[in-house]
Amino acid sequence: MSKLKMEVEGDTHIVITRRFAALPEAVYRAHTDPALIQKWLLGPEGWTMPVCISEAHAGGKFRYEWSNGQGRSFHITGEYLELEPFHRIVHVERMFLPDRTPDNQVDTRFEPDGVGTLMTIRMTLPDAQTRAAMLATGMEHGMEASYARLETMI
Amino acid sequence: MTGQLNLDAAFAALADPTRRAILARLAKGEATVMELAEPFDMTQPAISQHLKVLEQAGLVARRVDGARRPRRLAKTGIEAMDQWLAMLREALERNYDRLDAVLAGMQDPKTPEGEKR
Repeated sequence: MSKLKMEVEGDTHIVITRRFAALPEAVYRAHTDPALIQKWLLGPEGWTMPVCISEAHAGGKFRYEWSNGQGRSFHITGEYLELEPFHRIVHVERMFLPDRTPDNQVDTRFEPDGVGTLMTIRMTLPDAQTRAAMLATGMEHGMEASYARLETMI
Repeated sequence: MTGQLNLDAAFAALADPTRRAILARLAKGEATVMELAEPFDMTQPAISQHLKVLEQAGLVARRVDGARRPRRLAKTGIEAMDQWLAMLREALERNYDRLDAVLAGMQDPKTPEGEKR
């Protein structure tokens, strides 16, 4: 069962949609409250988020740092541009891998969907080249899991 | 050439951000070394070196077109990129599966927020 939909749109957008069995208020809070973010925004098995700063107001900054506990880590910094509780978050972010990636502007909407929520994330990259590189680079994180799987297969 | 994806060589080749960006560029269509070098602010020899690694890993192939030698994604390169995408998707899925559990905890009607100790 795959509830996640990820598509490219035009030359510079990536659109991700996902449904949740919870009200928009709860899903919004899980995206802005550091204590909640640290429970789920972790990527592959074995990674944690030791640092999570989220100043959830227009102009506020956020910083997420991930670690695999074995010397590998990376971080994202960003600024909140617009917050409409509990409906919409607009922010800009970039990754440090460790080189800084171009800014990604992200518009996240939480809409009532029956008794749950439909979340739509629309990312805007500066150009097609950056989008392609981002899709490739974002997968670096996923690679950890596949290396681990390879090790168990060998 | 066995036509099989050599995972070790492929992952080693993909470990470099410039090489991933080259693959991403080739995913949009074939390109010459000069065309590949342009957006990266790198010399053609530097790009050629990266292309050599990608070719040896079986991810990139070259075609002869007169004096041009345009590079394109090899079939194994396309498979590697698909695998990358599947892994990104999987990482996202895992995040949202965890979020489902967090939300279920927040919404338990028997323990509304105000009554928690």
